[in-house]
Amino acid sequence: MIEIAVLFAISCVGLAMALNLWRLARGPTTADRILALDTMTINAIALMVLMQIQQGSAVYFEAALLLAMVGFVGTVAYCKFLLRGDIIE
Amino acid sequence: MMDAGPVEILISAILVIGGFFALVGSWGLARMPSLMTRLHGPTKVTTLGVGSCLIASMIYFPAMQGKYSAHELLITLFLFLTAPITANMIAKAHLHRQGRAIDPNPMDDIAEGLPETGVGTGWATFEGQAADRADPPR
Repeated sequence: MIEIAVLFAISCVGLAMALNLWRLARGPTTADRILALDTMTINAIALMVLMQIQQGSAVYFEAALLLAMVGFVGTVAYCKFLLRGDIIE
Repeated sequence: MMDAGPVEILISAILVIGGFFALVGSWGLARMPSLMTRLHGPTKVTTLGVGSCLIASMIYFPAMQGKYSAHELLITLFLFLTAPITANMIAKAHLHRQGRAIDPNPMDDIAEGLPETGVGTGWATFEGQAADRADPPR
């Protein structure tokens, strides 16, 4: 039962990432692309969590945590670059 | 795998809910007409979907495998802390790029400016800019 639920969730998140990719390629403004990239990172974290449930191993925890932190820092850096034209002033 | 009927059903339900919410959030990102509306999907719905997946993982590993860890709590805390900050930064960058107009994108047929704050002072994000303009350029 869990296997089917995990498979369903993985396909949902995969489809969500495809939609994010569409917005990333399409997005009319730069802020749209930053938002799409941030959402893609969050979906990648969800995918890792689902994968470790599917495989029953806890190897992906650190990767998911790192992705959460680095994704946030990257998004803030992109926004600061848009605002100031410079990341470290 | 040991037979834990109710726990298994609970984990499966949370997993399905999480996957559905993640999909709905990204669907909103793809379908909404302008950036300020697009911000709603990923920042609220997708965060809830990832939170559901993390809760499912938090129940699954102790109940099914007897392994305890606090990593999921760390990820949940970090995601729920950073999602509003990210949304605020993106909205701020968008407002500054568009120059006080919320959505001047002609494709969307929405041309809305910032409303009055109603408290005497202007929008906080543009206050520093006005002060900079009053000063002579450095």
